Amino acid sequence: MSIFAEVPQAPPVAVFKLTADFREDTHAQKVNLGVGAYRTDDCLPWVLPVVKKVEQMIVEDNSLNHEYLPILGLPELRSAASKVALGDDSPAIKDGRVGAVQALGGTGALRIGAEFLRRWYNGTNNTATPVYVSAPTWENHNAVFSDAGFKDIRPYHYWDGEKKGLDVTGIMDDLENAPEHSIFVLHACAHNPTGTDPTPDEWKMISEVMKRRKLFVFFDSAYQGFASGSLDKDAWAIRYFVSEGFELLCAQSFSKNFGLYNERVGNLTVVAQDKDNLARVLSQMEKIVRTTWSNPPSQGARIVAITLNNPDLFIEWKGNVKTMADRVLLMRDQLKAKLIALGTPGTWDHITQQIGMFSFTGLNPKQVQYMIKEKHVYLMASGRINMCGLTSKNIDYVAESIHETVSKVQ
Amino acid sequence: MRQTCNSDGGVGSTENVQARGITLLSIFVDTPTAEPNPETKLLADFKTDTHLRKVYLAGREYLNKEGQTSVSPLIGKIMQQICTDPTLCPEYPSSFGLPEFTRRATELVLGRDCHAIVENRVLGVQTVGCTGAVRLGAELLKHWYNVSGVWCGPVYLSSPCDDSLAGIFEAAGIQDVRRYRYWDTEQRGVGVQKMMEDLEMAPEQSVIVLSASAHCPTGSDLSQKHWRLLTQLMVRCRFFPFFLLPAQGLCHGDFQQDAWPVRLCASLGMELLCAQSFSHSFGLYGERVGHLLCVLKQSSTLLAVQSQAEKQVRALWSRPSVRGARVVATVLSNPAHHVEWQEGVKSMVERGILVRERLREKLRLLGCPGSWDHLIQQGGLYCCTGLNVQQVEFLEKRRHIYLHPNGCLNPQFCLAAPPGSLQRRHTPKLAVWLCLSTHRIIRVSCLRSPLPSL
Repeated sequence: MSIFAEVPQAPPVAVFKLTADFREDTHAQKVNLGVGAYRTDDCLPWVLPVVKKVEQMIVEDNSLNHEYLPILGLPELRSAASKVALGDDSPAIKDGRVGAVQALGGTGALRIGAEFLRRWYNGTNNTATPVYVSAPTWENHNAVFSDAGFKDIRPYHYWDGEKKGLDVTGIMDDLENAPEHSIFVLHACAHNPTGTDPTPDEWKMISEVMKRRKLFVFFDSAYQGFASGSLDKDAWAIRYFVSEGFELLCAQSFSKNFGLYNERVGNLTVVAQDKDNLARVLSQMEKIVRTTWSNPPSQGARIVAITLNNPDLFIEWKGNVKTMADRVLLMRDQLKAKLIALGTPGTWDHITQQIGMFSFTGLNPKQVQYMIKEKHVYLMASGRINMCGLTSKNIDYVAESIHETVSKVQ
Repeated sequence: MRQTCNSDGGVGSTENVQARGITLLSIFVDTPTAEPNPETKLLADFKTDTHLRKVYLAGREYLNKEGQTSVSPLIGKIMQQICTDPTLCPEYPSSFGLPEFTRRATELVLGRDCHAIVENRVLGVQTVGCTGAVRLGAELLKHWYNVSGVWCGPVYLSSPCDDSLAGIFEAAGIQDVRRYRYWDTEQRGVGVQKMMEDLEMAPEQSVIVLSASAHCPTGSDLSQKHWRLLTQLMVRCRFFPFFLLPAQGLCHGDFQQDAWPVRLCASLGMELLCAQSFSHSFGLYGERVGHLLCVLKQSSTLLAVQSQAEKQVRALWSRPSVRGARVVATVLSNPAHHVEWQEGVKSMVERGILVRERLREKLRLLGCPGSWDHLIQQGGLYCCTGLNVQQVEFLEKRRHIYLHPNGCLNPQFCLAAPPGSLQRRHTPKLAVWLCLSTHRIIRVSCLRSPLPSL
């Protein structure tokens, strides 16, 4: 008898299932707006020109070996990545109270951070510390914190479906009522899946409450540069919180802004009060890494480190990132314009007010089903679309499909 | 809470607070410094040692003739090809990794004609090195070994074993980690009888972690006869085998032979896990190319187990990195590359044997007390000298030669180094002379002393 005989099937991951269904669909005009990666106007993945260049440099560099990276990762990546998040002139970095752990993408960074917090934050091995994730949020947040051992993962209000925007009152209420020392997972920019971020004033309000109520700040930063086209603008919230004296964790991903989805480049930035606290935290994180993947992978880390640390390559990279961000902004403008031109019922300002890869269209589940079944346009049940799935060739069809759906299905 | 508030209830920035004369405690103030892991500590001690002729013999890598890590020209060429291949796109791989890689990694261990593969009851998952494979396997066992309740062990590890293993199972939430006796100082080899005694006492359904070949850190393996006895015991006691295979091919120079224990268990219809690494056999340490193999009893359970494995991976690292796996898959899928690579592995083995033989010969010529045959009976990367804790300490403190505290070392690190390179590489003669001095000076606690229990 197999020891696994009674193992139940885990529910399929929604976004993977969507892509699988899309692949099997034979309709000529099918469009995949569920994918979580950048696409060019030809609907192809894009190897950033700077990445191609640096990869070639790496392959030709005989001084680079294939030895294990240190457990905490490539030092040049860790410091450069933290600088990108906190700014070149960050006082916290100058004070020597910023450290980092290279991780397997944003997921890996979140996991190491979560494992650390479960073991050492708010007591020792306090699995009861509440962890708040936005409603809605990236569907993997829950699993990462839960598998790290946290027993109490709660939603905080975020998206207001009625007004198709941020539920500011809801957020503030949840912050005020959360038990002290609760952990809050904040999206640094380009909120996934809603594309809706707090304004600077709203961030200031959030910061004030979190400080007063002693809540822990854990940023998830997967889209820096990709959202507005400006690295600094997209990191404003993180930098503001650091300037307000918060000790915090920030999980960074370079999958999207470097197009390095398959090399798993991430970084967990740690901002502590001083060097001493930082050193102890990093020592515990090293221990956690040792029992998770031991040493992180080198290829992607080198590409990012070389790019970030070379002034010319850095400028070139920022240009590549802006190219991607601009295409997304163009598609937003065009989609909204077309929907308005078609006279599609409802308001569509949110399409251009939202930012980053994703947009919460406001389509309800029935409408989403109609889009998929009748129009072969694939999007998440939440109404989330990936703007990168739109191209100059399919945008008319998508706009018409939305128009038809909203008109026919309530 | 670790921060104190000022009178209006707010906590200001460090500057503001200090201006107000209030002490602010970090939220991390109670986080203790972690004990460094033994390997990190050893290397750190070596690095701070200022002695000119210091030697580091505890490295984890294979070295070429020049005493350096390297990849073969074949691998270099393939990496170049991959870099310039326009058809390869930077998409997210599946959580299971590259299908071609998992397929070839599975076939390498089990053999293409293995019944389990033919009957579709094998799961392969690309992982972040061998550590990632062990962690994923541990998570699967923790969650699913006992569906009606949380399973927390016991897991049995060999004594000694890789010093990170216990921590990996503990990190997965399995607290009950025990040891079975493995290395026998008297016999300078595997103490099979004691091992079997310990395992006979283990509760039913224990998970037994076994080294398929090239045991880390002793280099000593069971014979095929003893493997047969062990598998009989495992079947009788309903144990679950979790194999470690970090260097297939590098023990005997024969891929089938190195995986033989895994194939034996599979042929007996057992369920098993096997954690593999391609770091050593491809020289791709930094790329973290690992694989977790799961052989099931029934194909009907495959989809469910696969879905649960995916769920675990999603919350650990989401998906693995592809570069290294792509190189390995390219080699293993191409018959000509495969042959060339195997030849390369064989020459690594021959070089390893040569170093061991030279070491043994030097010891014999120097009249070093005791038998040193075990050096050449062991295989793979590691070698257990049989030196005890005091002798190892003597070597470190007085001769500046660094071994694992359990007396194990990587003989390749005795190879000659090019001028101007790191101090860690030295001639066998030096290492041997220093070994000898240990035996001459510490007569009382000489060779026959047992190792302290771990």
